[in-house]
Amino acid sequence: MSQAPPVGAPEAQAPPAKVRPGSKPGRTGTNPLLLLLPALALILGIFAYPLAESMWRSVSDPQLGTQNYEWFFGSSGNLAILGRTLWIALLSMLICLALAYPYAYLMVIAGPKARAALIVIVLIPFWTSLMIRSFAWIVLLQDSGLVNSFLGIIGLGPYNLIRNTTGVLIGMVQVLLPFMVLPLYSVMSGVDMRLVQAAQSLGARPAVAFLRVFVPLSMPGVVSGCLLVFIQALGFYITPALLGSPSEMLISQYIYMQVNQQLQWGRGGTLGVVLLVATLILLGVLGLMMRRSRRLLGDRGKLL
Amino acid sequence: MKHKTATQATLWTYSVLVAIWLIAPTLIVIPLSFTDKASLVFPPTGWSTRWYEKFFTDPTWMTALGNSFTVAVIVVIISTLIGTAAALGLHRWTRRNAAAVVQAGLLAPVVVPAIILAIGIYSIFLKFQLLGTVLGFVLAHSVLAMPFVVISVTAALANFDERLETAAASLGAGKWPTFFKVTLPLIIPGVVSGALFAFVTSFDEVVLSIFIKSPYLETLPVKMYGSVTRDTDPTIAAAATMIMLITTVIIVIGLLSMNRKKRVR
Repeated sequence: MSQAPPVGAPEAQAPPAKVRPGSKPGRTGTNPLLLLLPALALILGIFAYPLAESMWRSVSDPQLGTQNYEWFFGSSGNLAILGRTLWIALLSMLICLALAYPYAYLMVIAGPKARAALIVIVLIPFWTSLMIRSFAWIVLLQDSGLVNSFLGIIGLGPYNLIRNTTGVLIGMVQVLLPFMVLPLYSVMSGVDMRLVQAAQSLGARPAVAFLRVFVPLSMPGVVSGCLLVFIQALGFYITPALLGSPSEMLISQYIYMQVNQQLQWGRGGTLGVVLLVATLILLGVLGLMMRRSRRLLGDRGKLL
Repeated sequence: MKHKTATQATLWTYSVLVAIWLIAPTLIVIPLSFTDKASLVFPPTGWSTRWYEKFFTDPTWMTALGNSFTVAVIVVIISTLIGTAAALGLHRWTRRNAAAVVQAGLLAPVVVPAIILAIGIYSIFLKFQLLGTVLGFVLAHSVLAMPFVVISVTAALANFDERLETAAASLGAGKWPTFFKVTLPLIIPGVVSGALFAFVTSFDEVVLSIFIKSPYLETLPVKMYGSVTRDTDPTIAAAATMIMLITTVIIVIGLLSMNRKKRVR
């Protein structure tokens, strides 16, 4: 900074009196709690309160009691919807991983220009809205759409690619793929490639060196990518609503139906609680896995 | 060596297919918006700008676009101010464990599925008559946008050398001059990228908006959602292209201004 010191400021000796009592020496500025206050007010008012309201409704609407939970766990149809939601989320996660892992690896080993292109391609979906992408998939996947015409040229199809699970998976994987690629890339780019070379120079075949050295070192990226994708997939609404079929509903569509069409607030709240609990359990489990994989890596690091 | 090139070729082929997959929806929307037919057939057989004409002359589309803009701009201002203050507060809080808990609370809206939040907000807004109001949209979108500001400003603060603030204070600068002349210029890239995220979050948000809209006030994505589920009118493609253009321009401006900042330094 080329600015002159403030006029009137004593230059020779620093005034220690500026530091107010109670604050940590050297820290300037306002009490941290005061700075946090507006954000906390927003979170409490528009996040915690609405969530608590939904939870309360699940045990109090239409009357106080556990009838909504009995309704949910007592019907095989409801459990099937929960099972389908978990299954689709799991499938999306696995497909994303299978597509993203080689892609992220190529980003690491490619030259700077190719890498920049690969990064831009991953980021484009980020600033194309979810609504637009789901809409575009409807056009691409319809019976007379581009995908089916292409399949026709190579002698396949036509297939029903829309209004079913296939359509939902195609759309969801495309939306969620960047959330798998980016954590994978950030971990992979930090892997010391000399370790792989060392394994090869000690006589490991390239494939073996890749599987036993590189893959374990990339595990933190795999875990956090899977976590991000799975949790988002559980709560997906727009894409399944537009590309799926009402007979193969996911839990978020079911919540919408209960609240908006049937005005069953209590049941909607119950479904929300179930979805939230499932999400939190997964967060916990995957968090533990992440810690374990980190520990594992620590040991391996010592061994090397 | 031959083995290595074969592996690389396979890797490239696979990745190019994945890349096509990633950008296919973006690539088809633009030509689709210039079709001369009243149906969503791709590729189009003839070209026209009639759907843009319809988009710009239809008052319902224009109102929705205006609403989206108004809401997004207010959301950017509110969530950037509140989020930056919160990130600074978290950074300065000396009780680290308590700060970590509060930070988790502030970031929670990113993890909780939007539909759960949507029904809760719907219920609350019904009670306080906020459905279909600009205030309602702004509050709901700010809750989703603010965490992104906290994340990016926190990241900027991680590389921030606090001794600079101490130095400014020891040279006699007060609280506000220190903030505006030392702290803010150093964390501005984080603030700007947080603000951009906030804009795009609000401009794209559909799930909450579907619940809190009214027949008199809806945003562009909500109008599009209604259009997609009801009819197949290429005006949607024109609207989609406009949204893409707007978000791209905003992001490019943001990136450019951040690069300029870096070069000046």
